[in-house]
Amino acid sequence: MTTTTQTHTTPSLITSIWHWLRDNLLTPWYNALITIIVTPIVAFVLYRILAWIFFAAEWDVVKQNLRLFMVGPYPQEELWRSWVTLGIVVLLSGLSWGAWRGREWTAPISVVVLGILGALFLPITAASKINLLIMAAIFVGGQFLGAWKGEHLRKYVVWLWVLSFFIVLIILWDVRPSSTPPFFEANIPSGQVGGLTLTILLAVIGIVASFPIGVLLALGRRSSLPVVKTFSILYIEIIRGVPLVTVLWTASLLLPLFLPSDIRVDKFIRAVTGITLFSAAYLAENVRGGLQAIPKGQYEAAQALGLNYRQMMQYIILPQALRIVIPALVGQFIALFKDTTLVLIVGLLELLAIARSVISQPEFIGLQREVFVFIALIYWVFSYSMSYTSRRIEERLNVSRR
Amino acid sequence: MNRRLLLLVTLLAALALVLAACGGGGEEGSAPTETAAETGGAAETAAPTPVPEQKEEAQQQTGQSLLETVKARGKLICGVNQALPGFGYLDQSGNFAGFDVDFCKAVAAAIFDDPNAVEYRPLTAQERFTALQTGEVDVLFRNTTWTLGRDTSVGLDFGVVTFYDGQGIMVRKADNITSMEDLNGAAICVQTGTTTELNLADQMRARGLDYEPVVFEDADSTFNAYEEGRCDAVTTDKSGLVSRRTVLQNPDDHVILDVTLSKEPLGPAVLQGDPIWHDVVMWVVFATIQGEEFGITSQNIDDFMNSEDPNIRRFLGLEGDLGTSLGLTNDFAYRVVKHVGNYGEIYDRNLGPDTPFNLPRGLNDLWTNGGLLYSPPFR
Repeated sequence: MTTTTQTHTTPSLITSIWHWLRDNLLTPWYNALITIIVTPIVAFVLYRILAWIFFAAEWDVVKQNLRLFMVGPYPQEELWRSWVTLGIVVLLSGLSWGAWRGREWTAPISVVVLGILGALFLPITAASKINLLIMAAIFVGGQFLGAWKGEHLRKYVVWLWVLSFFIVLIILWDVRPSSTPPFFEANIPSGQVGGLTLTILLAVIGIVASFPIGVLLALGRRSSLPVVKTFSILYIEIIRGVPLVTVLWTASLLLPLFLPSDIRVDKFIRAVTGITLFSAAYLAENVRGGLQAIPKGQYEAAQALGLNYRQMMQYIILPQALRIVIPALVGQFIALFKDTTLVLIVGLLELLAIARSVISQPEFIGLQREVFVFIALIYWVFSYSMSYTSRRIEERLNVSRR
Repeated sequence: MNRRLLLLVTLLAALALVLAACGGGGEEGSAPTETAAETGGAAETAAPTPVPEQKEEAQQQTGQSLLETVKARGKLICGVNQALPGFGYLDQSGNFAGFDVDFCKAVAAAIFDDPNAVEYRPLTAQERFTALQTGEVDVLFRNTTWTLGRDTSVGLDFGVVTFYDGQGIMVRKADNITSMEDLNGAAICVQTGTTTELNLADQMRARGLDYEPVVFEDADSTFNAYEEGRCDAVTTDKSGLVSRRTVLQNPDDHVILDVTLSKEPLGPAVLQGDPIWHDVVMWVVFATIQGEEFGITSQNIDDFMNSEDPNIRRFLGLEGDLGTSLGLTNDFAYRVVKHVGNYGEIYDRNLGPDTPFNLPRGLNDLWTNGGLLYSPPFR
């Protein structure tokens, strides 16, 4: 369609488009036939979808409930906590980008553009719009700081990420010291942290925490010590033998029976523990695949150099093994991100549960299509960014060439 | 110690059953009971998790009523549905709202004089009874149908029925269908895997009628198919039919038949074996009903404080010791009506004419108006 409008203006472009069309869609004859049949179908479907998105769909349900989707039933007067959390994450992202990529401009430009677009078009309060712009500024500032200090900063940035994790939890849950064991208490109940925030928290903690456990289990399974080996095998096979729903069910309903009745483990911790333990078993098998792919010569060479077991693994084997399994690991992390939808079993309201609740609001009855399209988009954006990032990491590490 | 072990073993057995069900039916194994609720229908008819001979709970071991635990904790933990239109959902500001949720607030108001002293625990249909049994929640206000099986083998005690629902049938006005007999040979849209499907089959067989069931996995596709004309009738709980009719393109073209295929009395459930706590929940619900019968609303309740009527004075706690004997304060009914409202107010707020549901009171009206709501006297 666009080709005809451009015919009169740029004939050279037309020729190239025609060549492309001829080479890819019209030769040989059966390709031309397929093109002719498929084009109207695709055009019709596309037309229907676009018509629905722009004219038929009632996006009010999403606009009115944006806060609910983002933070769930988080108390309104405490909302600054979620902004501070976002600020910390944005600052560290900026720092990291600067420290590793220097003054590379694509990321800051897109962040600023997104911030401005968001502030202009998102149906949020003026204060939130300003906050959004501040977030963009924080990112750019972080990048300049990171680029300025460059490589010296990298080590600290990693530790800052680790530290920020605990700070974020303390801020979000308003954790304060208490006089009774375990000597701290959360002022905001876990049930009130929800929506996308909860989904991301569960996924990030699940991914980060299951990683070391998974690697240890993978090493344990290949260990020559019978106790370690048996334990690893048993753990991996038992966990892999049950669905995540069961693990969460156990964590939420059976755990309280094992524990003394005056100890009540917070449901967020229960869910995170369940997800982590579950994910670790799968991760262990992925990592073991990587370990098996390393030629025996590498082990022998490391031992010939006089390296002990820890040094051999840390410097020779694991760096290579993990590099090999990056695609599998990212696939698993994407699955984990989507698996967080199961925590409704523990009574936590993550994104999907919020969506189901939103379509039950009396003013928005019957708008499930809009809501589900919206959250599907959110899930897609996050899953795709994960897979995109992994591809970039693979390229940088030159995995395919080794 | 032994009881705890027994509970554990039975739970594991129940878990195994659930797993077996999941494994056998694939994805839908866990879904259908939940999707029954998505219709907006109230009566979730999930198969109860059988936990036989298991009526003890933590509070019995210590010989203490749950009421004391709740008071000491300072808030009520209420099991609710987070996605059932009109009954339980999150409103735009992130607060729980709905018909069932208002009764949670009423219990909290009676105990703490604060309707917001509630921690809501969203529960799935499969999880709800186990959550009650393990003490995760104090009371269940989650569109649960009162049945004999649940009262006995699941080990629950039901309070007062808060909502009388029943399975109904919706047809197109133009088809001139007025009774079940007119549906002979008709295609009927129904959601599969629910007792709705079973009830329909039972009722049609009892009447010796032929019909063609058109089954779907979830409520949305069921009603879409009906709207597209793939079937002559659609069936689910009446409250669900009413709320669904409001979103059809021409609601006035459809009519809900005056037949009831099944009884679905919905009410609060507590764990069996704690009469004190059971009484509290029961009388809080009665207070909302009795309040409406007296004509006392959250707006005019303070005008009744100088009433001469001894019945009203006892109800409001100005005379007698009714509340204290329940383990509450004497003005508990005052607190309930003042903070949450009487039954009529709760009903109108969530399901009444000002909501998209506009559900007629029907059976859920006072006995004086031809309904089934009847509170024993407060004396």
